[in-house]
Amino acid sequence: MNPIPIDTEDSPSFLMELIYRLRIRDVMTEKVITVKRGTPLRSVQAIMKENGITGVPVAEDGRLLGMISVDDILQALDEGHIDDRVEERMARNLIVLEEDMPLSFGISYFDKYRYGRFPILDRNKHLVGIITSRDILVALLMEFNKEVEKLESRIPPDTSTTPSSGTSREFAVRKFDFENAGKASFEIKKICKEHIANSKAVRRVAVAAYELEMNLVVHSNGGKIFFSLSGDTAVIETVDTGPGIEDVDQAVEEGYTTATEWVRSLGFGAGMGLPNTKRVSDDFAIESSPGGTRVCATIRFDKGDQT
Amino acid sequence: MKLSEMSSSLGYTAVQDQFQDRDIQHGYTSDLLSDVMANAAEGSVLITIQAHKNAVAVASMAGIAAIVICNSRPIPDDMLETARSECIAVFTTPKNQFTVSAEVYNRLQAE
Repeated sequence: MNPIPIDTEDSPSFLMELIYRLRIRDVMTEKVITVKRGTPLRSVQAIMKENGITGVPVAEDGRLLGMISVDDILQALDEGHIDDRVEERMARNLIVLEEDMPLSFGISYFDKYRYGRFPILDRNKHLVGIITSRDILVALLMEFNKEVEKLESRIPPDTSTTPSSGTSREFAVRKFDFENAGKASFEIKKICKEHIANSKAVRRVAVAAYELEMNLVVHSNGGKIFFSLSGDTAVIETVDTGPGIEDVDQAVEEGYTTATEWVRSLGFGAGMGLPNTKRVSDDFAIESSPGGTRVCATIRFDKGDQT
Repeated sequence: MKLSEMSSSLGYTAVQDQFQDRDIQHGYTSDLLSDVMANAAEGSVLITIQAHKNAVAVASMAGIAAIVICNSRPIPDDMLETARSECIAVFTTPKNQFTVSAEVYNRLQAE
């Protein structure tokens, strides 16, 4: 069995706090299926199959007496004693966890001992639950979810924009986020409309912004758009975190595309994005490596056009 | 042609009718949104089957005044919402792009 890949010493502080804060009782399954000493192994096999489990505690009156695992069943089938009573074949030397222990104990037990599950006892040595690595996984995911929700609730409602001053803005764009695709461009267009009288210039900026934004959505692992407007110049710069464009010269040629079928069914990915951007820009620069792509489109308009 | 004549004269159903009733001089027919961005004239009517909100975004960026969704393609609510906030008219019709293009073209030529 693979160890649980959590370093209980050098992991991020949130995780450390979590595995010490959570108790075994917060994570364990309370509804334990048990069998009695006299249950035939054949019945145990049926119980395992029915419930999709691979190990069952043997308990009577809340007292844990042993464990039977699917390995014991296989061995019994192999050796022809599947009709024996449980107590003849169960493991009696048990490794148990206590419900008050922090989850970190559970994680290190799974790493230390090669069992798929541990029975959980309370202070009075009564069987109160059972824990598998799945329980740990589920509990950690739920806690991470809660934490992410908490963090997200602290972010101002419009997550795509970070407030910055004047006519210089920054927008985050996520991969395949067609839901929010275009939000940055709407904003950029709005700013331009407020400051530039020439509607043709506004349109050029909007087209460049939208094509570059869609490129981030469709092709990149996510990235950022930086927009600035000063004097007679608008600059749109996008920076992403990869995977880079293999052949930049080809990418700025009309009709060359690496878009998938479903992206194309939305009307994108016809290989016109970068050529369109280049066409509406006065200056156009692109550089790309597997670590990321940077595109910079500059649009100039007559000074008199700016209000 | 006034935008409102798209429904009153050509019989398309206005599903987003919060728009400025401006004068239309051009039309553009395409399902390829980058093509629309590159080539549609400002103030055009866009004739397409791309019924999703990215089409509205493209229309907004390219300064398109109205979108006609052909073949009665279902139009999602979020598309209409975005169109409303951008003041872009949206019409729907069971006719296909070819027929609608011809009708809009003839109407514009007659002026």
